[in-house]
Amino acid sequence: MTVTWQTLADALSLGGIYALMAVGIGLVFGVLRLVNFAYGQLIMAGAYAIAYASVWGWPSWAGILLCFGVVLALTVLLDRLVFRPLRTHSPAVMLVATFAIAFLLQSIAVISFGQLGTVASSVGSLNQPWDIGGVEVRKIAVVSIVIAAVCLALLQLLLTRTSVGLHMRAASMDFRTARMLGVRANRVIGGAVLISGVLAAISAFMLTARNPQVTPIFGLDDTIIVLAGVVLGGLNRPIPATLGGFTIGFASGILGGGLPTNQSQYLPTFLFGAVILVLLVRPNGLFARAGSEERL
Amino acid sequence: MRRVVEVAAPLALVLATALLGLAVSTALQTYFLDTLVKVAIVVALYVFIGNSGVLSFGHISFVALGVWTAGILTVPESQKNAIMPGIAHVLLHSNTGNVPSLALAAVVGLVFAFAVGLPLMRLSGLAAGIATFGVLEIVNNVLRYDNRIGPGLNAFSSVPETTGIWQAAIGALICVAVAYAYQRSRYGRQLRATREDPAAASAAGISIYRQRLLAFAVSGGLAGLAGGLYVHLLPIEIDSLYLDLTFITLAMLVVGGSGSLLGAVVGALAVGGLDSFLSAAENGVDIFGWHLDLPTDTSALTVGALMALVLVYRPSGLTGGRELSFALPRFRKDGDG
Repeated sequence: MTVTWQTLADALSLGGIYALMAVGIGLVFGVLRLVNFAYGQLIMAGAYAIAYASVWGWPSWAGILLCFGVVLALTVLLDRLVFRPLRTHSPAVMLVATFAIAFLLQSIAVISFGQLGTVASSVGSLNQPWDIGGVEVRKIAVVSIVIAAVCLALLQLLLTRTSVGLHMRAASMDFRTARMLGVRANRVIGGAVLISGVLAAISAFMLTARNPQVTPIFGLDDTIIVLAGVVLGGLNRPIPATLGGFTIGFASGILGGGLPTNQSQYLPTFLFGAVILVLLVRPNGLFARAGSEERL
Repeated sequence: MRRVVEVAAPLALVLATALLGLAVSTALQTYFLDTLVKVAIVVALYVFIGNSGVLSFGHISFVALGVWTAGILTVPESQKNAIMPGIAHVLLHSNTGNVPSLALAAVVGLVFAFAVGLPLMRLSGLAAGIATFGVLEIVNNVLRYDNRIGPGLNAFSSVPETTGIWQAAIGALICVAVAYAYQRSRYGRQLRATREDPAAASAAGISIYRQRLLAFAVSGGLAGLAGGLYVHLLPIEIDSLYLDLTFITLAMLVVGGSGSLLGAVVGALAVGGLDSFLSAAENGVDIFGWHLDLPTDTSALTVGALMALVLVYRPSGLTGGRELSFALPRFRKDGDG
């Protein structure tokens, strides 16, 4: 196995993107106990926004703006139409519901945009290599590492230094008690859903820059891996979830880039084998606090 | 008497579907065959998910193993090298007939589900969901790329197409009968008790782990059998035994109502019928003089929307999670969710 600087930078950037997606999934899980399987389709919608803006000849900033608009609108819509009526149901029911939504959105994409996909050429220039001290690294790798780091720092500030963040953390620890103490449920949930939408839009932009070929299954594989990563880290709190997302992104980046093809095609086997092992040893995740486990 | 009605309803539905399938043209019959195999898969899913209340995304991997077993065993030896160039020597020379291949598919499904369940059934809730999803990923990944054990990305072509309407119907009936026998047995009742109230059940001396493991193995066996039926129906690719099939079968179970065997069968038949009709309409059909031509993937769209609607407005499914009975419905203070 050979690891080049390019592979390392790619792995770091993939880890960064997956960390953002993990926060997006983890925050909503924290307040709603909802594992959003449809997160990948939100990203797919954003990627299509960028791709079509580029086809229509819009400048790339306008495409990114459109991406944010589409993803946020879709997030709010889903929250109102599906997640809100299902709030009181068990996590398993909600997971199945988001599974249905994922397929619904995917088939909408197939019907309206076709199977073959569209190329987002406006952000493709980010794929060009940059020469950093004699080492060639793709621009998008550096850009996404920086964006991910900034976003995570901002989120940490939001969660620890603002009252909204405090409410969110309280709600994800114990929703009922938090409500009794004056935390407004709809506001906290709305906030978490909105932040997860923003993170989906950012991830959509970075994933599109990495791979400008946008198809109806864009982001699906990434979401599956991130979901595993989030569970691996520990769903209940944002930091373990983020670490889990980063770890699995980094690992798949290193393994995918470093292993020869006849081994790297078994990447899902390695990743999910590891996930199952971790779950067996620590069902609440690698980075979960002791004593927080489900009883029985 | 009550028992007879309970088990007769799903059996009669399956039988009626088979008879209807006999009456239609050969082209239409394909849809009936496909739906009957789906009934078998959904009943297999129900044995675990319905009785335990634990979610599993992994059952399609047992179906895939059933497909693989029955496929490997029945591709004629003369054609094995052409379809599976890298096949291992042992598998090259092992062939059986139709019925033994189905039985072995069930055995492989059962043994694999038991082996996987041995560690996994200690988990519950979301951890169980993700871990079973991992099983699906791994089985799919290995079967897709490992040329030593199977056709890899190629389809299982030249498997004898023995799954006619009777074989499909008998397979589905066996699944329904086993599922009913299981749920009426003391083990099935114990598992259903753990679903309703795990704390009370384990206080009453029920081992949640053992009961879940048993149900997982039984449903794995049924899923393997369904896989065997499937590969004898049409040349199948490993790729088609992945997320799409997981989705449609889960949708069938949820729409019908995961709490009862009748729900599993009704859901599979209703969604299967709708899905078949829409898939046919994607290629263009004529109904009473109207020409209907829908865009590709309309069926997935409709099924997805239907599943979401059912979950939002009637989370216990079309049947409300009850078996058929002629007794008057009792009024309950709270829903039986």
